[in-house]
Formats: sequence, C-alpha cells, structure tokens
Amino acid sequence: MSYIPSSLKERQEMLQTVGVSAMDDLFAVVPSALRIKKLKLPSGKSELEVSQMMHKMAGKNRVFSAIFRGAGAYHHYIPAIVNSVIAKESFLTAYTPYQAEISQGILQSIFEYQTMICELTGMDVSNASIYDGASAAAEAMTMCRERKRDKVLISAAVLPMTIQTVQTYCNGNGMTVELIPQKNGVTDLEALELLLNDRSACVYLQQPNYFGMLEAAEAIGEAAHRAGAKFVMGVNPIAAAILKTPRDCGADIAVGEGQPLGMPLSFGGPYLGFMAATTAMIRRLPGRIVGETVDVEGKRAFVLTLQAREQHIRREKASSNVCSNQALCALTASVYCSAMGPSGLQEAAQQCHAKAHYAAQQISAIPGFALRYQGEFFHEFLTETPCCADAVLAKLAEKDILGGYPVSGGILWCVTEMNSKAQIDALTSALKEVSDTCN
Amino acid sequence: MNIPQNLSYTKSHEWILFLNKTTARIGITDTAQQLLGDLVYINLPEVGDTIASGDSFSDVESVKAVSDIYSPVTGVISAVNEELKDTPQLMNSAPYDSWLIEVKDITDQKELLNAEQYAKICEEEEAH
Amino acid sequence: MQLIFERSREGRSCSILPACDVAKTVLPETMRRANAPRLPMVSEIDLSRHYTELEKHVYGVNDGFYPLGSCTMKYNPQIDEEMAHLPGFSGVHPLQPIDTVQGSLEVLATARNILCEITGMDDMTFQPAAGAHGELTSMLMIKAYHHSKGNTKRDKIIVPDAAHGTNPASAAMAGFTVINIASNKKGCVDLDLLRKAVGPDTAGLMLTNPNTVGIFDENILEITRIVHEAGGLNYYDGANLNAIMGIVRPGDMGFDVIHLNLHKSFATPHGGGGPGSGPVGCKAFLAPFLPLYTSSVMSEGTYRFNQPEQSIGSVKAFYGNFLVVVKALTYLLTLGAEGVPEVARNAVLNANYLRVLLSKKYDIAFNDICMHEFVISLARMHQENGVSAMDIAKAILDNGMHPPTMYFPMIVEEALMVEPTETESKETLDKVAEIYLAIYDQAIANPQSLHDAPVTTFVRRLDEVGAARNPRVRYQF
Repeated sequence: MSYIPSSLKERQEMLQTVGVSAMDDLFAVVPSALRIKKLKLPSGKSELEVSQMMHKMAGKNRVFSAIFRGAGAYHHYIPAIVNSVIAKESFLTAYTPYQAEISQGILQSIFEYQTMICELTGMDVSNASIYDGASAAAEAMTMCRERKRDKVLISAAVLPMTIQTVQTYCNGNGMTVELIPQKNGVTDLEALELLLNDRSACVYLQQPNYFGMLEAAEAIGEAAHRAGAKFVMGVNPIAAAILKTPRDCGADIAVGEGQPLGMPLSFGGPYLGFMAATTAMIRRLPGRIVGETVDVEGKRAFVLTLQAREQHIRREKASSNVCSNQALCALTASVYCSAMGPSGLQEAAQQCHAKAHYAAQQISAIPGFALRYQGEFFHEFLTETPCCADAVLAKLAEKDILGGYPVSGGILWCVTEMNSKAQIDALTSALKEVSDTCN
Repeated sequence: MNIPQNLSYTKSHEWILFLNKTTARIGITDTAQQLLGDLVYINLPEVGDTIASGDSFSDVESVKAVSDIYSPVTGVISAVNEELKDTPQLMNSAPYDSWLIEVKDITDQKELLNAEQYAKICEEEEAH
Repeated sequence: MQLIFERSREGRSCSILPACDVAKTVLPETMRRANAPRLPMVSEIDLSRHYTELEKHVYGVNDGFYPLGSCTMKYNPQIDEEMAHLPGFSGVHPLQPIDTVQGSLEVLATARNILCEITGMDDMTFQPAAGAHGELTSMLMIKAYHHSKGNTKRDKIIVPDAAHGTNPASAAMAGFTVINIASNKKGCVDLDLLRKAVGPDTAGLMLTNPNTVGIFDENILEITRIVHEAGGLNYYDGANLNAIMGIVRPGDMGFDVIHLNLHKSFATPHGGGGPGSGPVGCKAFLAPFLPLYTSSVMSEGTYRFNQPEQSIGSVKAFYGNFLVVVKALTYLLTLGAEGVPEVARNAVLNANYLRVLLSKKYDIAFNDICMHEFVISLARMHQENGVSAMDIAKAILDNGMHPPTMYFPMIVEEALMVEPTETESKETLDKVAEIYLAIYDQAIANPQSLHDAPVTTFVRRLDEVGAARNPRVRYQF
C-alpha cells in the first residue's frame, strides 16, 4: 500500500499521454547495470499489521510511573489543549510559510512564539526556533565571532552534550573552545578572569547549570564584557518564569532547550532550541524570523523577514546553513505558555523549586546521600551515593521509579511539579532501604 | 538616466568622487539602485580596513537578494557612512549623495569611466 | 485576526496544576525576576477559538494540491501519527537504562537497516534534525576522514550552481571553501568543468541526482569516478530521493555519504517548517566518523548504542528527532519491498503527465522525460508580456491552490518548479492543468490582472521592504 490514488487503468492512460508504453521506460536514462532488481526488504504490510508491529516495539520500552531524572530532558505536565492544537491537520502538514498570503495562521503563531520567548528571556528579539538547546548554543557561538575574536569560553558546568555540540560545530567554523573550570558545582569566576583575553568571543553559561546549581550570572557577564567578549546564557524556560532574566543578568544572547514547554520526553526528540538576543544582534541570528508588516490595504500581516541573512540567498556566504526551524514544536511551546499563563508557569516553577528542596532535605538526611554541593539550586541536585549508583537505581526501578542520573560518582536528582509528595516520600523510603543494605 | 558629470564610474555601477589625489568617496549609481530594487540593509567594512581594487568591500541586501559592491581603488578605509545602516533607503532615493566609504592613501585604481562612457555602458546593458 | 496577547484579559487563566503539597520555598531576592513574564491570560475556550481561527489561514496537504518542487509534499498518513503518540515511545526519557528502551533502539536499528538497503549505505545516524543539519554532519565527516589520513590540504568542496543554497552554506560551515561549477546546457554537471575543478585540494563533491531541474544525470558514474580518482569523496543530497528510491541506489552511483529528508520522501509531516529529520548514511569506511549515538546495533540479543571510535562528536543533544523516525518507520513498513519503487514510479509518472499537459502552452526548461519534478520558465512570458513567475504564482493563489516553488533553481530564469508527488490522483492533475492553462491565457489577454494578484486571499501584496528595513519581531505591549 503506498497511498497512490490512481488506478492501474488511469496509470495506463497517463503513460499513453506521456508517450511511453511502460513505467520502466520513464527510467531509461538510468544505467541498467544500476537498476535494483528487488529490494531485500519484507513486503509491505496492511495498516493493521503495521500497527501491531509498532505497538510491539513500543511495548518493549518501559515507561516509569515516577520520574526523578532530568539532565537535559524534563518531565512536566502537558495540558490537554496543547496536544489538541498541534494535532490540527493543517498546522501539522503545512510547509514553511514562504507564501505569506495563505500562511498568516502559521506566521502569526510564530510571531506569538517569538514574543513569548522574548518575555521569558527579557531579550528584544527572537528567531523562529532551531533544532534544540545544544545546537542553539553552538549557533550562538558563531553569532559572537568577530574578526579578531575566535575563542569560545564555555563553563564546565554546562550539559556535557551541549559542550560536545559546541565543540563539533567549532571544529567546522575554526573557533577554539576552552572550558572554564567549575568549583563547588558552579563556574569558577577567578579561573574565568584568567582565561579571558582580547581574543575571547564569548562566554557561555547555563542557568541553572548541569548540576542544578544557580550561577552568579551577573558577575560572570560583567567579567565577559570587561574583556570585550559577549555573554551568552543558556536558560531553562520553566526556571525563567521566576529567575532573574538573562537580559537583567547582562546577556547579549539567550538560548535554551524548550522541551519543558509542552514536549514529551520522546526519547530525545523532537525538541526545541530557542534563540533570543538584543536588538543590536538581530541580523546575526540564524534561521527564520517572522516580522510584522502591513498589506496593500493597510491590514496587519506577518511575513518571513530578514531573509537576506539566510542560506537560500547568501549560499556559502551565509553565517549559518539553517533552513528549517522546529515549527510545530515552537507552536507547542506557544500553546503551553498560553495555557499555563504567567501565573501557571510561575506556579510550575515554584513547585519544581519547592518539591526539589523538600526532596533534597529528605534524601540528604539518609546516610550516604549527602548533597555534594552547597548553594542555591532550582530543581536538580547532586548527591553522593552509599554504594554504586547503578545498584541504587536498580533497586528504585524495582519500585517503578526512574531515579536520578549517575554523574561523577553521584546521582543527579530532578524533581518537578509532576512528582507528588507521596512519590517523593516513596522515593525517600526506598533510598533508606538501599542505604541500610549498603552499610 | 541620472549620471552626474563630475563623477567617475565603473562597469559594475559604482561611482567615485576624488576629494584629492589620494582620497575618494565611493557609492552606487542610480542605475545600480534601480537594478537592485528597494534596499533594506548594507554591510559595511570597518575603518582601518585595507581594500584592493577589484575586490568587494560591502554588500547590500534587498528583500530577496544580496549584491556585492566593488572598489575601483586600492587604499585604506578612512570613513564609513553609518547613517546608511539605519536608513538604507537613502541609497535608492539619493544614490549620489549616499557615499558608502571614504578611502585614503590610494595607491592603485582600475580604469575609470567618465559620464559619457558610463552612459554608453548603461544603454548597451539595457538593450540586452 | 487577533493576537493571543490581544485576547488576554486580567484574571483569566486555565486551571492546570493542583496546589503545592510541600512547604513553599523562596528564591533569594537577588536571583528573582523583577516582573512576571507577560504571557497570555486566557481561558481554554479562548485558546480553542484562537487556534481554530489561525488554522483557517494555514494551507496544509489536507487542504489541496501542493506542488512545491524539491519539497515532496506527499500525503502524511494518519497511522504514522498514531504510532508516534504511543506512550511507549513518547513517555521514555532519553537517559533511561538501555534495557528499558529496547523498543526505541529497535526502531532506530530497523529504520537504519531499511534505509541502508534502499540507499546502498552501510551505516546511518539519525541524530541530525533536518536536511541542512545532515548536510553539515556529512561535511564534518568528510573533513574528519581526510584529516585522519593526514590530508589537511583537502579544503575545497565542489558544488554545482544548480544546488540548493544549504549545500554551499553547509560546506562553508564545516570550514571548506566552495568551488561553484556551472551546469551544462542540459542542467547537468559539465564534465569538462568538473575535470578542471578537481585536484589535490579536493575534499569532495556535493550533488543531488536527479538534480534540481528534475533530470537524472546520465553521466553520474563518470562524475563520481572523476572525484574519487582525484582523491575526493562524493556526498549525495537526498532531497530528490522520491524519484529513484527502489529504482537505483545512491551507494551504487558512487556516493560515499548521503543525507535523507524523512519529511520529504518518507512522508513525515512538515509541521509548518519542522520538526523534520535528516539522517546521514555512509559507506563502511566512513562509519567510524559518524556522530555519537549512531543508531543501535544488536549484540548478544540486546540493542545498544554504537560509539564510533573517530566520531565527529554531536550535532545536537541526544539521538535525533526520534518521534519523526517512528513516523518514517511506520511508513516504510507499510510500503515494503514493492511499495518503495512503486512510489518512485508513480512520482515520476505524475510529474511527466502534468509536464506534458502544461507544455501545451508553458515553456518547460529541458522539456524531455523528467524525474519527479520539472521546471517551468516564464522568461519569455516576462519579456513579451511583463508577467513574471511571481505573478503566475499569485494567480494560482487566487485559485485556492499553493503555488510551485518560485525562483529556484537559479539556473532557470523566472522558474516555477513543480513536483506533484505520487499521492495525487489523475483527476487532480487534470484539474490543476486546466487551471494553470487558464491562467496562461489570462496572462496573455490581461497581464495587469496578474500584476494585481492575489485578490481573493486574506492579505495581499505585503510590504516586505518595510518588514526588512524596520524589523518588528515581537508584540509590543
């Protein structure tokens, strides 16, 4: 079954109009030695069979009922209205809105998304999104490049996959990457001062950082600016509802992983990279940007703008090759933010903070599970572990709990509004049992 | 066709005005702005940059295209017209008043056209 | 249409979360936001009506004919969507222990095996999130390969002038210098120019076949041989795979590394501009350079991630747009061995049928048997009547249809690139031809009416110049 509507008779008629006798004649130009005789694949299946096959594969995955793991992908509640909007077939199947006259729905939704990202980050301008938080960080590094400034300074307290992605992109663009050491779970400001010089293009900081800790962003930003470098902050979008904005911390560019805004965990994707900046940097933003304008009758309208930055016009002179954004994921984020509203999003953030602190208090009281770092944290925290992390996690799995992520010999726990007090208490009990058997 | 007599021209539709023997201002002609359409942005070089005759020193953007602007002289950039960054439309409305860059220490220049010669080039191009 | 911010009213909200069941905590003042973010304050009914209204001004594949050349806007099957929503796929954390995600790893491995068979590649990664992302990945792999052999001087990538803009942009992003070569009169690679362009500094060639004018380059084996002989590698842009899948393999045509667009030939929905997926396939000798978390391999009865020893690293976090791969796999299992070439045959048949119908009046660039797409040129119409490709496209909008791709490829003047895909019926193609031919007549009889087009759309003739000179990219409260 291949979703082809024309009947065999109709195909014959079309062949006749084209002036060939068989389908094969259409491929006469393909060297016969190269023609595939038959693909070594199973035959096509009916919808029923395919559904059963995919169900079977999905059934081999385990979905935990209590999730205490973050480390780059976060378990949040997705309001029902979100999934109903993004399932609307026109939104789902439309192409990029290059034909503005018939795409005002999509263009307006992207404009709304850009506005919400600006509100969350405090920045002036936003693009229409990019693949994920890690690639957004990498693209932000390129934005900061000047002729005499080609060094990227990135905190060692950033998500390792982000650091890796930045490094991979810099292997292409020729910028060099240096890690700023962390001390006590946060970026070492003194070490940063020693690394900054007149070739530093930018400093990248994640807030909250990989260990869940809250960084002294303003001081780091000031250090970067004193050296003439740009300050780029990667921020958690839920935390952004209550934390000092990247703008107020002095950031030139704010990026981040938008997955917490309504996208399920989905084994890593599709996620959402947001990128926002000061007005001065708007033309350096990669990817699509929607702008407001008027039509010939003065009616408000939206259009893809500043296209002359992009690859389809500049080709090898474009600063980035980005073509797609993650449009449907950006729409997801807009609907989520609208459904939650300012009070709802702040409530979600407050609950993450409160529940994580409750959990940290309970867990760190258990012998062997001390907090590794002291200081402010948002919704993740790193504890020691009395015996090896895998053993602890296996015990939790028996109780259908996905425990924290093993990091540097400890465990990185994450608590969100999805974790009830009862779940946290159950986790604590389970860990107490583990602690007893370890000692 | 608007082609002032007191300027020199290039085949690639730039005009050049010598302020003295080794300093000049460069802009784009009326023909150029017509061909390019409504201009929305210009990327200018930095003061202190060196340029060689025949090289591109800038590009201008319209909604759907980017075009390089070429220098007919070799020298050092002594000034750039920052105003054009905010109001690129001046290149369309007043191309001969909107200088892009000023170049000093000019050591070399390409063969330049006078107004008549440039007018002829434009006519020939239009015929094609 | 109102913006969601204009529907916002103080005091409105949706009730989503319960009260907090643990003690409230407070952030230190120095870390707190000064003001709440100005997100919409709306009830659920407002949201429902807002997005219902917006949807009326969106044109999807479900709305009608969508002949965007090089985009392959084929029908997006509903079963693919349903499978991507299975909780077993969507509820899984990417960092779960390997034994709890065997289903996901099986999805990646199965998709890899099927796509490698179709493309003639030996291994594949699903990490790149889009076509351009896959192009960048391929370029970085080519660079890493040459460097591993000590060939740091191979820093040039050859790109035909007909190539999609992402090709040279991706090569430049990977640190290469782009050598553009002009296409020949048939829109294909000029072999003499290619021979002159290759040398000891050649890292590789980027090519799509069929090319962007819808022609299968009959010299393909010679082209890839020339590059290999000079020590370069051949990269295949898979955007046009819909024409040849199951008929011929890029791997057999001499390509070493390819990218695919799952949102094109493999029927995953475009989403208004993403998320797509741009997997990269390669021959065995390039597999060591694939990104980390390549698709999985089966070892001792368990799937696990393969970590290539000389990996270029990562081009994003985690493993790619996994749910998009689920949709593509569902589609591939539906097609099977016979379905895949049937898609290509009918894509090519539909394109040729429409081409023949339109050639009654329109000038078709390279008017011969084409592959899955063909290019109309309005150059003569523009010269004689002043009616441009843009005008024709806008007139098509007035007929309630999405126009073809405009002004691409750049080697054809006043181009409209048409790709009907195999999921359109003969009936639709007949109706489309009738409309396009009527527009042609209208352009001759009354050119001004086309300059005025579109007249029936919700908005018309947008001020794009103003939008670019004074960008307003957010709502101002």
